[in-house]
Amino acid sequence: MRAPEAVTGARPSGDSLLSSTRQPQPGERVVVALSGGVDSSVAAGLLVERGCEVIGVTLSLVAEAAPHAGACCTPEDVVDARRVCAQLGIRHYVLNEREAFKQAVIDPFVAAYRAGETPNPCAACNQVLKFDRLLRRAVELESRWLVTGHYARIRQLPDGSLRLLQGRDPKKDQSYFLYGIRPEALQSLAFPVGELTKDEVRSEAARMGLRTSGKPDSQDVCFVGPRGVGAFVEGQGGASPAGDVVDAEGRVVGRHGGVHGYTVGQRKGLGIAGPEPLYVRHIDAARRRLVVTTRARLQVPSVEVRDWAWLRRPEPGEPCAVRIRHGMHPAPVAHWSQDELLRLRLREPIDAPAPGQAAVLYGGPQQQEVLGGGTLVAAAMR
Amino acid sequence: MSRIYLDHNATTPVRAEVRDAMWPFYEDDWGNASSIHWAGRRPKDAIDDAREQVCELIGARPRDLFFTSGGTEADNTALYGVAWALRDKGRHILTSAIEHKAILDTGGAMTQLHGYQVTYLGVDDRGRHDLDAFAAALTDDTVLVSVMLANNELGNLNPIAAMAAIAHEHGCLFHCDAVNALGKVPIDVDALGVDLLSISAHKIYGPKGVGALWVKRKTPFEPLIRGGGQEKGRRCGTYNTAGIVGFGKAAELAHAYVTPAFVADVAARRDRLEQGLRGALSGVEVNGDPEHRLPNTSNLSFADVDGEGLVLGLDLKDIAISTGSACTSGSLDPSHVLVALGKDEGWLEAAIRFSLGRSTTDADVDHVVATVVAEVQRLRGLRAGA
Repeated sequence: MRAPEAVTGARPSGDSLLSSTRQPQPGERVVVALSGGVDSSVAAGLLVERGCEVIGVTLSLVAEAAPHAGACCTPEDVVDARRVCAQLGIRHYVLNEREAFKQAVIDPFVAAYRAGETPNPCAACNQVLKFDRLLRRAVELESRWLVTGHYARIRQLPDGSLRLLQGRDPKKDQSYFLYGIRPEALQSLAFPVGELTKDEVRSEAARMGLRTSGKPDSQDVCFVGPRGVGAFVEGQGGASPAGDVVDAEGRVVGRHGGVHGYTVGQRKGLGIAGPEPLYVRHIDAARRRLVVTTRARLQVPSVEVRDWAWLRRPEPGEPCAVRIRHGMHPAPVAHWSQDELLRLRLREPIDAPAPGQAAVLYGGPQQQEVLGGGTLVAAAMR
Repeated sequence: MSRIYLDHNATTPVRAEVRDAMWPFYEDDWGNASSIHWAGRRPKDAIDDAREQVCELIGARPRDLFFTSGGTEADNTALYGVAWALRDKGRHILTSAIEHKAILDTGGAMTQLHGYQVTYLGVDDRGRHDLDAFAAALTDDTVLVSVMLANNELGNLNPIAAMAAIAHEHGCLFHCDAVNALGKVPIDVDALGVDLLSISAHKIYGPKGVGALWVKRKTPFEPLIRGGGQEKGRRCGTYNTAGIVGFGKAAELAHAYVTPAFVADVAARRDRLEQGLRGALSGVEVNGDPEHRLPNTSNLSFADVDGEGLVLGLDLKDIAISTGSACTSGSLDPSHVLVALGKDEGWLEAAIRFSLGRSTTDADVDHVVATVVAEVQRLRGLRAGA
């Protein structure tokens, strides 16, 4: 893909892409995944108002509650979800997915930190727990649909094909965590709150009188607890030993207490005084070293991604942009190629990515459509 | 067809006669049964009557039975009560791996908090006890044995009389959790030869929140719930008069309906269910001991079917059954009873329990058979196509 050229060939215009909606019909059975939070509560409420036969399902993912608000899918959240279902007059089931969650999310999370990576547990949870296992359960329950409270949208084109888009509220868009949805699963999914802003969701919740309308949003990793990631990883036996902090030339400039407490791009916690602020540039878990550089040297011209999955390959000449962190404004891509890795050359250099995080490629009108995603590998130092 | 309930081992509906017996104690006879004035008189008399009714059902003397908040409390009380009374004699308790959590978790706490040793005897792949292994597990330090009469998940009936005799030969007391057997098979404490027996009202069409512990006269025992002197100090607290009266009425009804003809009738209906399912489906196995089990219980594994998916699917069709006991399925962990049978994980996940009741009809059974067959075939088809 070269520098953008004039668009050729038949590609749908922005308007028709963003205008056609598809959603569960009155009378259809819908399984709604309820986390106990306001977004999924409103999703369920909207469908109940639409006349769908809604079944609320909550996944029990962790046995002990992380004792701070902001955790998700804890026993208290299960109670909140159940009470919302009672308010809506719908059935509620709780499914024990603790073993699957441990295997698919917690264990890889700990292993990644050990290896000097920064994992993306929410993407793994979505991919395995929700859009694979729970989707199969929805099919077993004879539901044509699985609905969640994610801020994302699914659009149907005139030719019947489906596209996964960012949510309408750019501040709440969660599409970054949804890249792992398989294309063939899209036809069974709907995201009712993706069309709304967060403020609209809260006012819908208040209008419906839902008990979760005032509940704070969950931030951070749902299972980590108030002592933070480092303490959690240590508690799970993933602590790595102390070692040297070195600069790009390999000179030792300090000591660290274990690479599992650091992520690429981090500035805090290095404890190194110097003329310029220093940032973690590379985590060498095998040699127990952190490599630090100045801000200027943190930048890279391209990123490489493993385990890439396409939802849709871009057309020749289609402008694309990539997120390497949640909440980041997607960086325009100049060129992409794929061999055993997906390689993205950026138009402007960006801060080095943290390996283990997701790279999500966007295209389509205004680059709102998720084209695919995968796991970032370490960017080579220059 | 209206909703069908086949989970009677989890709980039973409250009979109209029981409700009618209870209401007065929420209307005019609300007094504290311990009061010496007029307000306490009728409650006190009613409790005395209820105690006799319950004792009649188990062949016990009223002076040896006290009421509790349920079977769980009775189990806790039995273990702690005997252990504390005999704490200078020994610190070992022998029980089985497939007891109810009320026994297992109490045993766990006694180990963790009080330094007791608790042995959890294994069972064979049908959940049966080996009397020789049982005898061999008794030590000089053992003060109490606890084995249930009927297993709530499998339905297995255990050889309690033989085990109690062995325990006595070794100088140990024997507690029997009869919570899931009461109202399904005849019970007589003398015939069983036990020293303590736990029972509960809500398994015999009575209200939830009330049970009893029978303690044979002269059994060493320290109370668990103290304060106020009720029940001769053995279980204190203001009497739950209505609940106790309900228990009494339920026991009176059970004494009438638990006849050999009733047992045979329920067993035949349970067999109709099993034969219907096994006739129409391949890969259906009976878990537990089909030769010595409750007449109403059928624990089945359906190959290549997720038990939870089947239970949910049947709930959506208004049929109530369960995957393990209500208590364990509330905790969402796999059934400890099935785990103890040594079956592989796929089989554990495929197990569901049907438990019939007094009001279950042949038509109910036939409808359930047809629905389960269709559901199993559908779920197997999905799995095959996945």
